[in-house]
Amino acid sequence: MSRQTSRLDSKKVNSELLTLTYGALVTQIIRDFENIDDVNKQLERIGYNMGIRLIEDFLSRTASTRCLDMRETADKIQQAFRMYLNVQPTISNWAASADEFSLIFDTNPLTEFVELPADMSTLRFSGVLCGCIRGALEMVQLEVHCWFAQDQLKGDGTTEIRVKFIRRLEDAIPAGED
Amino acid sequence: MIESVFDILHYEVVKYSMGDENSSQQTNNTNLSTLEYIGFSTGYRLTERLTREWPRFRFKDDLETMKFICTDFWTSIYGKQIDNLRTNHKGVYVLQDNAFRFLVNISNNSQYLEEAPKFVAYTCGLVRGSLSNLGINSTVTAEVQNMPSCKFHIQVNSSNA
Repeated sequence: MSRQTSRLDSKKVNSELLTLTYGALVTQIIRDFENIDDVNKQLERIGYNMGIRLIEDFLSRTASTRCLDMRETADKIQQAFRMYLNVQPTISNWAASADEFSLIFDTNPLTEFVELPADMSTLRFSGVLCGCIRGALEMVQLEVHCWFAQDQLKGDGTTEIRVKFIRRLEDAIPAGED
Repeated sequence: MIESVFDILHYEVVKYSMGDENSSQQTNNTNLSTLEYIGFSTGYRLTERLTREWPRFRFKDDLETMKFICTDFWTSIYGKQIDNLRTNHKGVYVLQDNAFRFLVNISNNSQYLEEAPKFVAYTCGLVRGSLSNLGINSTVTAEVQNMPSCKFHIQVNSSNA
């Protein structure tokens, strides 16, 4: 032990591990599917699956209560990004009806070591994030649309995820109960 | 808390690599090698990143390298050290983790034992990739007899002995 000059920083290693593992997964999916649209769908689906599990972790760690409006929801999403990916997106561009907003990222940890080749300009590399938001919100009875308005990988200055409220999902009442 | 994200991502990587539940048993081995390969490329690149920032690790011999894998590398990824390292000094190393992180939440007896290979293949690749970047060609396999304990067998290929 004494020979080593510095210990590994576990926080940093873990974040790079996540980034690289995700990159390897995306590479594998691209290898498996020829069509980039299919790759995008897979990534969105994987994100969705992650979101429906992550929300449980989030609720148990933060003791959050149900959101009453989208502004509150936006704050919670921001908090979740801070907790889980250690990035602080800015919330802005509210629609006048307050049902649509943007999350602006200066940096995106998932794309830290990534450059998109020219023939993959339609690949939504971080599509998993959109899926994740959608999956997590669905578990708290919010149906949303989520998409990239800007992406640094495509040459934009920032990465912008747009979230639009669709409707509130009703609790399904088990058969035989009123 | 990035660890929770990683755990969940790992689960999705496993699920993706395994394909649909209705895929036939025959393809199981190729599926595991996909998973192992994802681990390999991650381990290789991760080690590239780690060693870039310090004076390049100079390990006296393979054993030193294994010790590094068991201590610092394992701690920073899995939150604990390897519990036991054994070697026959002829290129075989056995790393034992008594509470392997990806198995801890699954079972603590032999229930679901047949599912275990899926949850260790990525890590086999991770170790192999990392060793590969540190100049050791190896074959890494895992053995689970009783969850959540897991043994990783590392066989250093004789070509670089």
